[in-house]
Order: sequence, then structure tokens, then C-alpha cells
Amino acid sequence: MYTQGLDQAGKEQREVAETADMLAAFQARIDAEEKIEAKDWMPEAYRRTLIRQISQHAHSEIIGMQPEGNWLTRAPSLKRKAILLAKVQDEAGHGLYLYSAAETLGVSRDQLVGDLLSGKAKYSSIFNYPTLSWADIGAVGWLVDGAAIMNQIPLCRCSYGPYARAMVRVCKEESFHQRQGFEIMLTLCRGTDEQKAMAQDALSRWWWPSLMMFGPNDSESKHSAQSMAWKIKRFTNDELRQKFVDVTVQQAEYLGISVPDKDLRFDESSGHHTFGEIDWQEFMDVIAGNGPCNKQRLEKRQAAHDDGAWVREAAQAYASKQAALAAA
Amino acid sequence: MTSDEALVAYTLRLADNALVLSQRMLETVAAEPELEEELAHANFALDFIGQARMLYTQAGELEGQGRSEDDLAFMRDENEFRNLLLLEQPNGHFGDALVRQFLFEAFYLHLLEALTRCTDEGLSAIAVRALKEVQYHFRHSSQWMIRLGDGTELSHARVQASLNNAWRYTGEMFVADEIDLAIQENHGGPDLASIQKLWRRDVEKTVAEATLTLPDDEWMASGGKQGQHSEHFGFLIAEMQYLQRSFPGATW
Ligand SMILES: [Fe+2]
Ligand SMILES: [Fe+2]
Repeated sequence: MYTQGLDQAGKEQREVAETADMLAAFQARIDAEEKIEAKDWMPEAYRRTLIRQISQHAHSEIIGMQPEGNWLTRAPSLKRKAILLAKVQDEAGHGLYLYSAAETLGVSRDQLVGDLLSGKAKYSSIFNYPTLSWADIGAVGWLVDGAAIMNQIPLCRCSYGPYARAMVRVCKEESFHQRQGFEIMLTLCRGTDEQKAMAQDALSRWWWPSLMMFGPNDSESKHSAQSMAWKIKRFTNDELRQKFVDVTVQQAEYLGISVPDKDLRFDESSGHHTFGEIDWQEFMDVIAGNGPCNKQRLEKRQAAHDDGAWVREAAQAYASKQAALAAA
Repeated sequence: MTSDEALVAYTLRLADNALVLSQRMLETVAAEPELEEELAHANFALDFIGQARMLYTQAGELEGQGRSEDDLAFMRDENEFRNLLLLEQPNGHFGDALVRQFLFEAFYLHLLEALTRCTDEGLSAIAVRALKEVQYHFRHSSQWMIRLGDGTELSHARVQASLNNAWRYTGEMFVADEIDLAIQENHGGPDLASIQKLWRRDVEKTVAEATLTLPDDEWMASGGKQGQHSEHFGFLIAEMQYLQRSFPGATW
């Protein structure tokens, strides 16, 4: 769930050409569960909402490579090293499909990357937290990929065809990541006291930021109602967060580590866990750029972009020379 | 040195090459010049880790002292590693890392090809599998050599400097010591003099197509195959081994 619906949407003014009849016909297609394809007519606001959401999701995949990549050189076994690298590679692949899905809506990857680097476009707040121990790699897989799946499974039925199809592929891989992360946690929890303490520390630090991944409460969520009507979203932020808590608390019990929430309890009557209030100030701070790693993440992405410029230019110059030769 | 000891030592060298190169490659994950290259780069690093794992497992079995792939990767000191100096060199910029990859793969490709015909079945089976992977890598690194060499003036100058800097580390690949000779004599292993000819032919061809100049063979560094490494190698090993060393006996 890498799209928290955070950007200023701006005034989404309908173009003059969008008559009430056209909008009604479009909504009728949505209501009939038809998939909207790239060449189909769509309201401008629908297009813009999707570009915002898909590109935020793509950026999150790319920035997310950093906290996980942070442990590649230090992974404690060759098998774990290979699994982690395959995961980081999957995230790069997800970024690639998602940029392609966004491109079907008439924006270029260069534009989207430019918006990320300038700070105009957002990415998931979760990746602004640091991975401080090996257990964090377990916790990120278990909790972050776990939360991502909660959000992305319904996106496989999103009304926009190219996004829905990209999500089917992405979800399969994310569920591998979640299981691998849980397996790291399980190994630590069954290991030495020091390893178990490492696992507990990771859960303590990642729990609340993971709940924040679902975005603001429904009462505060700007885009929810329209996105639900368009069937871009199928469940509200709070519904998904509740589902995540219900599943994850049981998994933590199985691991034998505790969720850092003194208000957490199982409510027999509803069959759900009730949980404490999220620190929304922290959430807003991280979104505003003041999380532990915001600056570092963007600087690293910018540096990679700048350091690679001469390489991309060379590749382009070579391709033009070859094209000129072929034409001659 | 018995024939079996030589085979263990030889297999460990191959494993160390694959692991040390992959470890350097991991340092640039999430910092490649474009997303497509990010995917290719991770793929190649995964291939090298996979090769290292097969080779360490095989070396551990041959040695018969119960050492696992992880014991061999994480519990040996830096002077017990027998990788080529070329592979431990810091990444530098994209052109530096590329040249390191290109020069090694041009050698490794022919080495593996020869090893597919060696009489040790375990080693030849690993070579068959690794050869397929490295053929693909080498095509990729050669194409990048050509793009950078025949790209812009800047990229040409940069990659030429990378080539000049890395050249001194290529001599070591072809200096046969008693382990190389034992594998050649007892197990039908590679003849490094013929590998050198094939290497030179392939490198010259790509360098020419890239409009680059082959450096002169001047002083050549050596010592990696005997466990005498560069100063920065200790840091690579310390970083890689830190968790295993901090929590001895733990399972991960
Ligand atoms: Fe992903
Ligand atoms: Fe993932």
C-alpha cells in the first residue's frame, strides 16, 4: 500500500468537453465492472487520480529499494543474501511495470521521475524509516509487504485495466516477500535471546509506521469517496487497516513478540482487535519531509540520477550514431 | 599438496571470485544509471552469489571437515580468501565497475568453458551452469563497453581511463601456480596460456569496436590468488561477515 493519497489534488476542474451524458456513460461502465483501457475515453479527473496513485506507487517501489538494499552487503548467510537481492530486484521490476502503467495515461517516465526528485510527487511514508538491524529486514517483509498486499489485492480488480493487470503480477511477488520476511522473524524468534530481542525491537519500531501506511482515517481522507465510486479503491483506509491489524496481531502472538500498543485488545462482540490512536502528528511530519530518512532517500536517488547522466547520454549518443549508420 | 587438496583450493578460489565480485556489485544496487540496468545488474549479482554457493558447498564436501557454504564465506579471515585482486577493486563510477566486469568475464567465460571438460564431475557440472549465465553477462558488458567507448567524448575518455587503471590487475589471471597446474594435470583443467590468447582476442575485438585503445602490458599486480589483498579488502570482508562474527553459532 504505497499510495496514501497524499498529494494536493488541486482543483480537478472538468473540461468543457465532459458533458453530463459522457460522465454518466462512463460511470455506467464502471458500475457494470467493465475495465477501462488506455484508449478509452475517461474523465480528466479519473486520469489524474490514477496518474497520481500509480506514480506514487511506482516511486515507493523505487525508494523502497534503499532501506532493504541497506542490508545486502551484511546479510548473515548466502541464502538470505540471495533472497534479499531477489526481493530488491522484484521491487525494481514493480517500479518498472508501474511506470509503464502510468505511461498509458499520457505521462512520461522522465516527467514522473522529475516529480519525484523535485519533491512534488510523494512516495509511501514507510520508506523514510531506517533499517537498523537485520531483524528490520524481517519486519519490513512481514509488515510492510504485508500491508502492501492488503491494499493491493483489491487493486487487482481496479477499474483501470493496465493498473489492475500490473497489480496481479506485483501481488504474487509481494506475498512471497511477506512470507520470506515472516520466516526471517520466525528464525530470529526461535534463535538466541539476543536474536529474539532484535526481532522485538524491530516490531516495536515498525508497528506504528506500518499502520500509517494505510493513510489517514476515513474521516480525513480527501480522495476516498470519489476513488471508491470509480472503483479504483474497493475498501476504505480504515477497513484495510483493521484487516491488517487482525491478521498481524495473531502472527505476532505466534512469533511470541509483543505489539507495542497498550490499548490493543480483542473485542469478542465485533470479532476484531481494537487498537490505540496512531500518532498522526508523526505521520504528518514524515509526509512533510521530516521523517528520519526523507532527506537521505531523496539525496541518494538524486545522486544516482546525476551520476548516471553521462552513461545515459552515452547510450543515447551511441544509439543515434547506429541509427544514422543504418539509415545511410 | 595432494590432488584433492589442490581441487579444494581451486574450487575455493572460484567461489571467492564469484562471492567477492557479487559483494562489490551489491554496493551499487539502487544506484544504477537506469531502472532497466538495475534489473540486469541484480540478475548478474544473483548469478554470482548462486555460483559462489554451489562452489563453496562443493569445496566443503570435498574437504570433508563439515564446513558449510556459510562457514567458508563468513568464517575465514581475509588472508584466506583467494580471489583475484581485480574483483575486490572498489566500484568507482559506472565505467570503472563495468571494465572490471568486462575484463573478468572475458576470462571467466573461457575458464568455465574449459572447466566444462574437466574430469571432476562436480566441477564440470557447475561450470556448465555458470557458463550459460556468464555468456549472457559478457554480451551485456561488451555492449556497454561499446556504448561508452563509442558514445560521447566524455564517456569515451572515462571508460578509456577505467581500462587503463584496471589493466594492471589482468596479469594475475594468467599466472599459473601449483594449484592451477595440479588441476590441469590431474583433472584435465584449463591451460591458462591458451585461455590468455582467447581472452586477448575477445578483449581486443570489443575494445576496437568501442573505438578504445588497448593499454600496454606494463607492471602487473598480483597476490590475490595467494591471499595477499589490497588494503580495502579487509573492509569488504568485515562488512560482509559482521553478523556471523558478532553472534557465533547463531542460525539466521
Ligand atoms: Fe513491490
Ligand atoms: Fe515487496
